[in-house]
Parts: sequence; C-alpha cells; structure tokens
Amino acid sequence: MSVDQKTVRRIAHLARIAVTDDEVPHLQGELNAILSFVEQLNEVDVEGVEPMTSVTPMVMRKRQDGVTDGFCPEKILLNAPATEDNFFLVPKVVE
Amino acid sequence: MTELTHLTLAEARDGLKARRFSATELAKAHIAAVEKARALNAYVLETPEKALAMAAASDEKIGRGEGGALEGIPLGIKDLFCTEGVVSTAGSNILKTFNPPYESTVTRNLWNDGAVMLGKLNMDEFAMGSSNETSAFGPVVSPWRREGSNVGAGGAGMIEGTHLVPGGSSGGSASAVAAHLCLGATATDTGGSIRQPAAFTGTVGIKPTYGRCSRWGTVAFASSLDQAGPITRTVRDSAIMLRSMAGLDPKDTTCSDLPVPDFEAAVSRGVKGLKIGIPKEYRVDGMSPEIEKLWAQGTEWLRAAGAEIVEVSLPHTKYALPAYYIVAPAEASSNLARYDGVRYGVRVPGRDIAEMYENTRAQGFGREVKRRIMIGTYVLSAGYYDAYYVRAQKIRTLIKQDFETVYAQGVHAILTPATPSAAFGIGEKGAADPVEMYLNDIFTVTVNMAGLPGIAVPAGLDSQGLPLGLQLIGRAFDEETLFAAGQVIEDAAGRIKLPEPWWAGA
Repeated sequence: MSVDQKTVRRIAHLARIAVTDDEVPHLQGELNAILSFVEQLNEVDVEGVEPMTSVTPMVMRKRQDGVTDGFCPEKILLNAPATEDNFFLVPKVVE
Repeated sequence: MTELTHLTLAEARDGLKARRFSATELAKAHIAAVEKARALNAYVLETPEKALAMAAASDEKIGRGEGGALEGIPLGIKDLFCTEGVVSTAGSNILKTFNPPYESTVTRNLWNDGAVMLGKLNMDEFAMGSSNETSAFGPVVSPWRREGSNVGAGGAGMIEGTHLVPGGSSGGSASAVAAHLCLGATATDTGGSIRQPAAFTGTVGIKPTYGRCSRWGTVAFASSLDQAGPITRTVRDSAIMLRSMAGLDPKDTTCSDLPVPDFEAAVSRGVKGLKIGIPKEYRVDGMSPEIEKLWAQGTEWLRAAGAEIVEVSLPHTKYALPAYYIVAPAEASSNLARYDGVRYGVRVPGRDIAEMYENTRAQGFGREVKRRIMIGTYVLSAGYYDAYYVRAQKIRTLIKQDFETVYAQGVHAILTPATPSAAFGIGEKGAADPVEMYLNDIFTVTVNMAGLPGIAVPAGLDSQGLPLGLQLIGRAFDEETLFAAGQVIEDAAGRIKLPEPWWAGA
C-alpha cells in the first residue's frame, strides 16, 4: 500500500502536525519508503496467532484505591506556557 | 596512579573506599575533562555545581565509613531521564525548557546509592535515531576516528574534518563513556539504542529484560519496548551499575517485582557447561566478511572457555525490523500526543486551539519524530489497524515464540553480531531513504520485540581501526548469564584501547 498527497495531509491533520505544501511530497516519499519496507510482513502466515498484548507474563499490580498524591498545583503548572488561577490557559474552544 | 578519569567504575569505587582519592577529586577530574570535550557535543547540560555538592556529601559519608554501592561515582545521564530541577529535554525543541519537578525512578535509585551527576547527555530526539543526528542540539561526535582520518581539533572549540557518529539514540552516553567524560552513563534502548552505540564506540551496553528497570519519569517513546540500562567501559562496570538502576517500582505497573541479583557476582562465573546458540538467520545477505570473522572468533572464544556451541534457528528474524516500524511508531504517536503546548513544553499560537496544536507540534518536533508520529497515526487509523498494527503484533508473538523454542532446547544464551557495520560518518546515511538508517538495528531489534535482555561487548577492530561489538541475548530475567559470557569475550578480546583525547585541544 502507498499513500497519496491527500492522505499525507489527512494523516498530518489526524496527528495535529501542520505541514506546508513543500513538505508534502517529501513526506509522501518517506512514508511510502517505510510502507513498502513493511510490506514484507504480508508474507507471514499469521492464521490463528494471538497478537501480543504483554511481552512478559505478568499480573498487573494494582494500587491502593485512594488519594496518595497531588495537592501540588504549583508543581503541576510549573512548565505550562500559560496559566491563570491554577488553571491551564488555552485559546477559546466553545463559542 | 592512573588518571582518575581513566579508572573503571569498579576501580574508582574501590579507590574511594580505600581513601586513595576523594569523591571531590574524582568529580573535579571529570568536570575538567567534560569542559575540554565540548567539541564532541556529548553533554547538552553540564551540572558541575551539583556534581561537587553531591561529591562533598559522598566524601562525608565515606568519611563516616558509610555509603552506597555507587558512593561518589560520577555518571552522565541521558537527557531522556527526568531529573528534578534540572532541565530535561529528550533532545527535542518541544521540551527545551522543560524543568521536571520530579526525579525518574532510575536516577533516584542511582542517587540513593551515592552516585554523582555530571550532567545531561545528548541523544536522538525522543530516542528516535541510530546516529544521534536527529537531536535538536546537533549531532554528537564520536571520539573514534578512522585510521588516516582528516578529523582534528580546530579553533574556537570546533572540530574539523569528517566526523563519525557514535550511534544512537544513546549517542551522548556512548561518546561520553568512550571519551572518559564519566565512569558510566544511563541510556535507554527501544530497538537497539544502548547496544548499537556501545558497539560503535568500543563500550559495553546492556538492555536488561523488559520490566527490570522502572520506566517512571523516563520520557516515553514506545512503552512496550523501552528499557533503561547502562553504558560503561567494562562488563563488570555494567553489572555494578545495572544493579543500582534496577528494581521494583510501585509507580510503574510493568516493572518486575523479581529480586535484583548481585550481577557483579555473576561476572566471574564463566561459561563452562553453558549452551550458546548461533542463529543461522543472522547470517544476512551481504554481511561484511569482517563481521562474519568477528562472529566466528567470538564463537571460538566461548567454546574455548568451555561452552557448548549449537546452531539454532529463529525463523522470523527478518520480520522483526519491519514489525518494529509499525509497533514503535504506533506507540510513539500515542505517547507523543501529550505534547500539545498546553501543560508543558513550547507553545506556538494559532487562530484556534486546533491550529495551536498543529503549529506547536510542527515547530516543536524534528523531521524524524514527525515522520514516525505520522506512520504511527496511519497504521492505527480506521481501516488500516488490522492490516498493519494487529498483524505486526501477531508477528511479534511469533518472534517471541522463536526464542522460547530455542531456550526450551536448553540454550542459555545466543551470540550474534551487534551491528551490521562499524560506525559511519555524519551525514552518510538515511538522507534519502529513512529505511537505510533503520537497518542499523537489524540484529538488536528482535530482542526488544521479545522483551529479552541483550548485551553488546567490544570484540575487535575493523580494517579502519574502528570498534566492532558482539551481542549476547539471554533468557528473560537472566542478565547474569550475559554478564558471565560477556566477561569471557572481554577477557579473550582484551579491553579495547579507547582513543586519546585529540579533541581536548579544540
């Protein structure tokens, strides 16, 4: 399978990455090189094979069902580009 | 006395304990070496004040007859590990000012054992790369030069000529260890990012079993593949450092609760009576005769030390790399969705919130990272998920079963080359076709796909005078056998003579 330029733009939008008109043909070439490389996986008979969900057999440890952390808004907001009154600030979302 | 920067980690530890020198003297010697080596671009942030303060605390502890397993040992930290109050960038512009208010579990474990932080090490952006050329801080230069190379120290802290890459993504770690800019370095490995740079720089690197080290506080790339490990100058040093890095962490549910063995005790065990597998599928088309010779030599060394050598088959080997380039980008596209310019990192404004996200990510991420996010987005998108992602995960099951079959036949470890070639020059690979760069990981990536431990040990030099490494792959949670067999190779090959500091005049 290979992707056309329209698909490249659609993927970029799904990934929330702005692309310029100049970048699209390059990205198309690079993505198609990768897709053609992975094409060989179609040779493998995977009938009846379970897809891997965990690489080592392990039972998930569960944490205590309670509040054990938090109460540090200043730490949480420390690296935010824009904040106000302990909230993250973003451009208007709902009109 | 040997220069303090040229001691092994084990020698430095013993010297500190015997009070032959102080942790402060050891830290100062390394700080000076780091300052003189800026042209290599191995460190993206030097933390000399922190190093001296930590060393002073170590001296006090040692003076009281106390101290941990790494008391006073100066280390470099890959910039993927979050360090409290010290900027941690993952080699990316999007995190260039990120100041974590917390400490990663791996580095916390190292500091608890007394280690001293020299600074943060350069790396491929978000650990995506095999040459350290995708870093937002620019490429790292390998301390190694081809014989008769034109590389030399220029003026104004620059290097002239055609440099070699140190490998990647842990290129800063490998370069710093090989250039004696720390006694050991943390690194991470998602497809080969510890073992390939170790092989390129004549150093030792181990990727432990998935779950051996906590991933908490380490910037995530592909969560089902990422593992932390050390890069050091000897097998013993790796054993010492891994023991301190590893261990149960309630903050990472995939972190194993198995006890961490005394890895150093395994180093001198030898390989007598062990069965070592040689997988025929690793004899790839067009393999260089030098690599083939090195592999045969390694086999002979292990046989001479008493191991039984058997040919084994891992039939799905060739599918590991293409399957990886579906699984890893898929996980990366999900993990890197968090960089949206809202909670941390750089923000680039737009007309509305969607445009803000798109502009932030377009400017914040480099080319390789964007490429992988896009591939990941595509293989997870509606209509392609089964054809790509589910198929790749099924093939991953087959790859793991290959190893299980071989281990069930009584094989204790598997010997392979670490890389298909020695280090190449900066700018030489992958410019036109990204897959050319990806092929660096053909021998290492199977190990991540199966969650197994793998160690790269220097085993010789090629005709250009550049180091080549061998890889040993072990059973899950049996790093001890890798240290034992790795030591046999190190003893037989002799410790590789690392380059003289030609860069220090720059």
